[in-house]
Amino acid sequence: MNFAFSEEQDQLRDAVRKFMEAKSPSGEVRRHMETVEGYDENVWKQMAQELGLQSLHIPEAHGGQGFSFVELGIVLEEMGRALLCAPYFSTVGLAANAIMNAGSDAQQSELLPGIASGETIATLAFTEPDGKWDASGITMEATGSGDSVTLDGTKMFVIDGHTANVIVVAARQPGTGGEDGISFFTVAGDADGLTRTPLATMDQTRKQAQLEFAGVAAKPLGEPGAGWAALSKTLDQAAVCLSNEMVGGAQQCLDMSVEYAKVRVQFGRPIGSFQAIKHKCADMLLEVESAKSAAYYASWSAAEDNDELPVVASLAKAYCSDAYFHAAAETIQIHGGIGFTWEHDAHLYFKRAKSSEILLGDATYHRELLAQRIGI
Amino acid sequence: MDFHDTPEEAAFRDEIRRWLDEHLVGEFAAIGGRGGPADETGWDTRVAWEKLLGADRWVGLSWPEEYGGRAASFAEQVVFNEEYAKADAPARVSFFGEGLFAPTLIAYGTDEQKRRFLPKIQHGEEFWCQGYSEPNAGSDLSNVQTRAVLDGDEWVINGQKVWTTFAHRAQWCFAVVRTDPESKGSKGLSYLMVPIDQPGIEVRPLKQMTGTAEFNEVFFTDARTAADNVLGEVGDGWKVAMATLGFERGTAFLSQQLAFQRELAGLIEVAHKNGATEDSSIRQQLTQSYIGVQIMKYNGMRMLTGLVKRGVLGPESSIGKLYWSKWHRSFGELAMHVLGPASQIIDGEPDAGYQLNELQRVFMFSRSETIYAGASEIQRNIIGERVLGLPREPR
Repeated sequence: MNFAFSEEQDQLRDAVRKFMEAKSPSGEVRRHMETVEGYDENVWKQMAQELGLQSLHIPEAHGGQGFSFVELGIVLEEMGRALLCAPYFSTVGLAANAIMNAGSDAQQSELLPGIASGETIATLAFTEPDGKWDASGITMEATGSGDSVTLDGTKMFVIDGHTANVIVVAARQPGTGGEDGISFFTVAGDADGLTRTPLATMDQTRKQAQLEFAGVAAKPLGEPGAGWAALSKTLDQAAVCLSNEMVGGAQQCLDMSVEYAKVRVQFGRPIGSFQAIKHKCADMLLEVESAKSAAYYASWSAAEDNDELPVVASLAKAYCSDAYFHAAAETIQIHGGIGFTWEHDAHLYFKRAKSSEILLGDATYHRELLAQRIGI
Repeated sequence: MDFHDTPEEAAFRDEIRRWLDEHLVGEFAAIGGRGGPADETGWDTRVAWEKLLGADRWVGLSWPEEYGGRAASFAEQVVFNEEYAKADAPARVSFFGEGLFAPTLIAYGTDEQKRRFLPKIQHGEEFWCQGYSEPNAGSDLSNVQTRAVLDGDEWVINGQKVWTTFAHRAQWCFAVVRTDPESKGSKGLSYLMVPIDQPGIEVRPLKQMTGTAEFNEVFFTDARTAADNVLGEVGDGWKVAMATLGFERGTAFLSQQLAFQRELAGLIEVAHKNGATEDSSIRQQLTQSYIGVQIMKYNGMRMLTGLVKRGVLGPESSIGKLYWSKWHRSFGELAMHVLGPASQIIDGEPDAGYQLNELQRVFMFSRSETIYAGASEIQRNIIGERVLGLPREPR
């Protein structure tokens, strides 16, 4: 039994943290969040070329480095801490995993090297206007067969859908329902018949788009009609990735709060000496540390690809969602009026916490899923 | 990061399993899993079981081999506790002796003291209780007023301890007493080992809201113990006492987490039977409880790994007490909702006394857990000041 990161993993964390401090300070986050694209192309290239972040957990045979979800989790945690504005979660956490889970070896060879090198920005389009996170939410039908399939319908809340050049789409075979008949396809971002509309998002640091498909020619990915298992696994892996990202944000909230509580003086003493504030910070630490334990354990389970993954993915997503939002909300309260201003970063974390909590299903959704998965 | 057993851990696991297979039979198997902090169920059987464990050195696992232990690593202790819980073996009776006093003795005792006390703990011949709290030393624990003075080759002790768990079962008490009459607070205290069975000591049970009396008041009136029965230096008792609390935070959580896991599994079974699992709010709360108890395990494993790696407990260790006591209290409350109206009925005839069932007992007893061994508010102060470095409250 060993529940600690290795020396190499600690070094990876240090390198990513330094990079984030240099490339994603508050000023840069604010600059990119106000653009429609929402990221910096140069930083994206540097992430790939200098640190190899996009290729981290992609197999070596497909242009990657063959590391595991544990390393990926470390990277996402540091990105979450810095609120990095980049299509990393969509490209690596969603699309790359979907391609690895569903695609044939040949399809992976075709799609993954571009992601690994940083040339491809990709995403997974599975949610629709009804906003459901399970199989019943997929109503878009794929007509035709073999290599001549067309897609019609609308995908909604697609993370970075307007900037991705490869879109992995989940659709269903006509006449099927539930978990049956789901298939994956890939579509180029500039495909004929595809209309992409960027959405104005409450959390400006993570972009979403609406994608309308009108007779869009799509390439099959994986076995037609048998995509649910791969999609379900992708969503579990993505929940683990997102949990790690949330842990980084929650830790940053705690750090900001503690720092402020030490220097802000009222009634002639630092507010952190009052138990009302001290106890809030102590509770935040308890939740942040517990969220780390859950997220890290889930990363290991994803790395092992073991049977526990569905259970621990929902467990981590539920706990980390609550912990991050609570930490972000308390950060505003501890900072008082200044925490309510646009100028202070507290609102950026508060908004990211809520958007992350909702993304892939909120804590209530994942607790119910977990109940089913553990037989309650 | 790797949660698989190493070959050594796997071999150790096998050894425990085989031992339990062979010994956990008959009357011992019959009280499987029973007993706990508010439960003296099957005490004599559990004592007999403790002796059996001790004979094969399953008591004192982590002690050095020269004192009869196995010098087991933290990982091996985890393995032992896992297998012990899986086998549904009886709840242990030696928490205060084996769990708290023995590690403190190993850290601060003389060779002679270790040879005197450790074997008796290992073989289930002497049980211990913890004499810390007093009527005026609760959260303000260093405000100890029980005094001891040397009279020839003996300490003479006068004062009162309270909330002394299982004092009525113990032969010995480790107590923090004031040996420098001029001192205040944490200075001038000493850590004495005092035999319970003597005319100068009176143990009075404290009947709790549970209707039972695991806690006691202990009165010292010219009670005596040998001058040698001081652990660490005279006047240095606070440091020794705090070390004990450190052990309380250390590995003790292991068996507890597993006991909680078993309680939750029992409650889920009840909920399936009475249909409570069809209620979406109950489903949410049961799952939240499950998440809580799993994370307790993950936190514990991180804490132990950190301890092995860095040699000191990290921030994740200080949250343990605050975390588990809060979890258990919520669990007790949830249990009442799962049981519904039946939760309010005590088994047996109306005049048969106040005999709570297991879930009712947890519901009530858990109220004490956010108070004893450092109330939650004190834990938050400790976390705020020692872990997060926030300024102290002016005093």
